[in-house]
Parts: sequence; C-alpha cells; structure tokens
Amino acid sequence: MRTISSWGRLSAFPHQLIALNDPARIASLLRDSPKPGIAYGMGRSYGDVCLNPEGVLWLTTGLDHFIAFDESTGRLTCEAGVLLRDIQRLTIPHGWILPVTPGTQLVTVGGAIANDVHGKSHHVSGSFGDHIERIRLMRTDGEIIECGPHSRPDWFAATVGGLGLTGVIVEAEIQLRRVAGPWLDTETLPFADLDEFFRLTDDSETAWEHTVAWIDCISGGMGGKAGRGIFMRGNHADVGQRPEPKARQRTMPFTPPLSLVNRLSLRPFNITYYNLKKWRAGRAILHYEPFFYPLDNLQEWNRMYGSRGFFQYQSVVPREVGQDATQAMLREIARSGDGSFLAVLKTFGNRQPPGMLSFPQPGVTLALDFPNHGDKTHRLFARLDAIVRAAKGRLYPAKDARMSRALFAAGYPRLPEFLNYRDAGISSELSRRLIEN
Amino acid sequence: MSEQPRKIVIVGATSAIAEHCARLWVQGKPAELILIGRDTSRLERVAADLKVRSPQSVCNPLRANFLDPDAIQTTVDGIAAAGKIDIVLIAHGALTEQEDCQNKLRTCRETLDINGISPVLYAEAFARHLAATSHGTLALIGSVAGDRGRKSNYVYGAAKGMVTRYAQGLQHRFAGTGVKVVLIKPGPTDTPMTAHLKGQGAKLASVEDVARQIVLAIEQGKSITYVPGKWRLIMWVIRHLPDFIFNKLDI
Repeated sequence: MRTISSWGRLSAFPHQLIALNDPARIASLLRDSPKPGIAYGMGRSYGDVCLNPEGVLWLTTGLDHFIAFDESTGRLTCEAGVLLRDIQRLTIPHGWILPVTPGTQLVTVGGAIANDVHGKSHHVSGSFGDHIERIRLMRTDGEIIECGPHSRPDWFAATVGGLGLTGVIVEAEIQLRRVAGPWLDTETLPFADLDEFFRLTDDSETAWEHTVAWIDCISGGMGGKAGRGIFMRGNHADVGQRPEPKARQRTMPFTPPLSLVNRLSLRPFNITYYNLKKWRAGRAILHYEPFFYPLDNLQEWNRMYGSRGFFQYQSVVPREVGQDATQAMLREIARSGDGSFLAVLKTFGNRQPPGMLSFPQPGVTLALDFPNHGDKTHRLFARLDAIVRAAKGRLYPAKDARMSRALFAAGYPRLPEFLNYRDAGISSELSRRLIEN
Repeated sequence: MSEQPRKIVIVGATSAIAEHCARLWVQGKPAELILIGRDTSRLERVAADLKVRSPQSVCNPLRANFLDPDAIQTTVDGIAAAGKIDIVLIAHGALTEQEDCQNKLRTCRETLDINGISPVLYAEAFARHLAATSHGTLALIGSVAGDRGRKSNYVYGAAKGMVTRYAQGLQHRFAGTGVKVVLIKPGPTDTPMTAHLKGQGAKLASVEDVARQIVLAIEQGKSITYVPGKWRLIMWVIRHLPDFIFNKLDI
C-alpha cells in the first residue's frame, strides 16, 4: 500500500498499486484484482477522479508505446499511457499536431479521453474525444470492447468523458491536425472588464484557432466591475525554421507549510502579472510549448499551495447568462477575500460534446484555484454552486473534489444512461461520492 | 562521406531503462538496433514503437536464451558475424524480494543467475568480438546495490557486485585498446520493476533522465557512472561507514 495524492494534494491515502505494463497481461491483472480499482496515469486531475483510497490503482504509464503512425494521413495509434508531450514531439516535425490539448501536456492519452479534456481551441476543434477514431477498452471481466464514433458508438459516448468508469482504456487511435511547424502567431491584448472580454472573444472566434483569457479576479474590489485581464489568441504559423527555445526545467523544491498564494501575495502577484503582460502586449511568434503549457517547466508547481493542498473550481454556464453569472461569481470571490491566481476564462464553441459525461457545453467556462482553507473555502464554493446551478451550468469532474450529487445530476442529464455502461469492477473516490458505488 | 547508421545491440531490450536508451539512440538519426529479449511479443512491441519513432531505423527483435552458455555464444557469434558492432548495452535483470531469496533457494539462485551470471556471460561473449575489431563500447548496468551488501537486498546486490567486479577486470583488460567498457550504477529508478516502491518516501529518478545519462556516459566512454550522480557520494559514504554504525542502520 502506498500513499497517493492527486494534483490538488487535498488528501493522501494508501492505495494498492498494480502496474499495467504489458498489454498481454492486462486482462488477467484486472480480473484478478483483489479489490475494485481505477486507472491512474499521471495523476494530473485535481480532485478524486483518479483516487481510490484503500482500493486499487492500475498504473498506466508503463503503457507508453506507439503502435503506428501514418505520416500521410496523420493517424496515430498508441497505448493509453503515452503522454501528449511525447506525441507532439514525435509528430510536429512531420507536420502533425494534436488539435486539442489541455493546459499541460504531461497527461496520458487515456486520461485525456476519460476526462474528455479541452483546450484553447474548443470553439474550432471541440474536445479531445472529437479526434479519437477508436478506443480499445478492457473490461474487468476480460471483455475487450473496440469502439469509435462509428462502431459501437454508445460505448464510445460512454467512455469519452466516462471518468474511467466504463473499463480501462488501453489503446487509442487519434486523428491529428496538419500544422506547418511548432510556431504560433500570437497576440496578447489587455482588457478592462468582462464587456470587453466578450467583445474580444466574439471577434476572435472565426479568425483565431486558440483563444483564452487570464482574469485578475481581485481587481475592482467589491463594488467595482471585476474582470480586467489579459486576452491571448494564436494561430499556427508557417515561419520557417527557427531555433527552438531551450526550456529550462525547474522544480518547486519543497512544500511550504502555508500556501504561497494567499491574501498578502495575491494582490501584488496579480497587479504585477497584469502589468507585465500589458506592457508586453501585442503580436509575437511563440513556440507551442510556452504558449500552450506555460507551467510544464515548473515541475510540482502544485506544492506552492502549501501542505493543505488546493481546489480547482471550473464551471461552464450557457452563453445567454454567461456574462452575468461570471460577474456574479467574481463578485462572490472578491467578497470572500480569497482569490485565485490561475483564473482562466474561455468561451466554448456551439457544439455538442462527444461523451455522455463530457464537461464542455456551449457557453462560458471559468476556472479558478483556491488554497484549501477548509470550511471557509467550502462556504465560498456553496455560493458559487448556487450561481452555476441557477444558470443551468455544471462543474468539471476532472477538477472537482467536493460538488454535491444534486449538482452533478443536475449538470449531467445523461447520467442515468451512462450508468448502463459502468464496469462493476471499477470504483473511484469520485464515483462513490457522486454515483453511490 | 555518408555515415553508416550505428549498430547497437541491447540485451534485455524490454527493460524500461534499456528501452528509453533505445528511444534516445534513434532520436535525430537512424540506427540499426538488435533487440534481445526472452519474450517475442514484448520485443515486437518495443520494435514497433521504435519504428514509429524512427522509420529510417532498423530494429530487429531477437529472442534468445539468457542462461545457457552455449545458446548465448551462438546468439552473440551470429550477431558479430553480421558486421561490426558499435555499442553493446547489457541491461537485463530482475528485482526479486530479498525475503523470497532467503526463504527459497530457487529464487536465490534465479536472482544470482539473471542479475549476475547472465550479464557476465553475455559481456564475455561480446568482449571477444569487440577485441577482434578493437572497436566498440560495451556497457553494463550494475546497481548501487552492488556497492555494499545490505540486509534489504543483498542477494540482488551480490549479483550486481559481481557485475561490478567483472566490469573492473574487463576495463583492465581493454585499457589502451579501442574498446571501451562502461559500468552504469543506477539508483532506484521509476520503472515497472520498482512500481511497488512508488510513493514510499524515497523519490525515484525518472527513467527518461536515467536513460539520458546512460546514453551520455556511453558516448563519453566513462568507466563508472552513477545515475543520478548524487549516488556516487551517497554510496561513497555507505561504503566507508564503519560496521558499528552501518549495522545499526535499517537500510
């Protein structure tokens, strides 16, 4: 038994680890598992979707083999433990890139499918599952289910965004997108408030493939119009050969006893960040790694929230009420005095998600992080929940460690349908919290 | 002059460390790899992965016996007959539980065979051919566990200690020739072999980092390399601790 935490570092409980390294042995390892388990890749989800205290974790990072890549069609087949980073480093020199990646590329293909992750390109490319052509799913009773958007589409829809609960994803086929090289033509634009943000994002949706905004969630204060920030947009660009930036890997060396993100630090942090970005606003050619994954070079950055860990709170609300709901959430946060440094705002495109439990839906998504201050933080979340629920929105399970069953059920109306596809030998802390078993 | 791809032989090619070395070797420029292991389907999986990473490379999986001296001789002679070898990496091994070695002599014997005798036999078989061409680098994977016997893994450590002493002799034999002998001593590394140690406190080195340092040590022909480098100091201290202190340590 080993102590395992997820990315939010909110809990540390013993788990029994079983490494799935050899595809030929997975079936027997799953069948003979002493207790129900859940697949565990890089542990980058924030809450409890990848945890199973006192139970089994099936480690998938040993399933890190490429199986086939067709340079003429951009079709890649690989095992589920392959990292998105390794795919892109392999394929970009050949002119292919993943159309959708989240804010870190240090996640496995299996995790990206099971959480149906999204990125800055949602309004153009949808979510990760929109580019999966085939999944090989291994059930704990030994059955192998091959599914895709056109074959056994019901299993596919259950497994994409299925939180690992329909079986263990062992292999996938991904359709990549053509790209000229690793460079992006980017533009950074400061905005003063949410009105301006929504104008910018609407104006950018047709001409820019990647859009995202950072918002300074404590600007403006209580009465004022919170929501100044920095809007970033980018397109892949053909700028020929250039020397690649030398990424310097750093590691957060220790876990401070108290969060470094706190009332004292947050205001100067945000003011500095805003002004630095504002000062450097404008067009720039950027390499894809710093543009998409700015935190990947600071290993274990999650430690900066101190020994009690931190919560992510990511919601999506429909566009019609998006601005009001976002404004209301920012107001609640400003009132609480707690704030978030990594506050990210983005509009999702107007498209139906591929999975029954996929998070993205048309509207506005706001992602926030909060150091864990116990009850005080939970009280703030309860107020934010009320806003999300009233707006007919939902929260992102990959980041959640505390939403209620009622909110989950209200946000995910296809949950009853999904339950038909669950694997009885699979259980996670999240499934017990939100679905009973 | 068009450069011939290097010919690299990896014994124990399905081990995580060896596989990551192979990935680095085919990165950038093509190579000819001979991948030796005991399980055909696992070897083919490794070869397919390397082919995706480097379509221009040649990756030949080769199933072989690890324990029978005659079979090893035939395997190695066959490879050498096909052309000059540039690098040999001997990387196979199995980490067994010390307790099992104590309770079952069979396990004890198997641990000594696979981690000690077998690598030495392979190295000796290749050494003869490298000597004949006076060219090439022979790299062996030892372990920090071979530096001083400890109650938690001394059977495995004894086998690895044998590899250490053997490599030392081989280095003496090839001093001043064109053949280089490289001994690598990894500390605990995050591989399938150590999956059960994850989260146990001691931080495991990432297998990518370990492989990168091994490939570098082979390029440089360094005689002894600890990976990560901090283990050189740690093991120096462990080796020099007097018994009355060492015997009180629970390591």
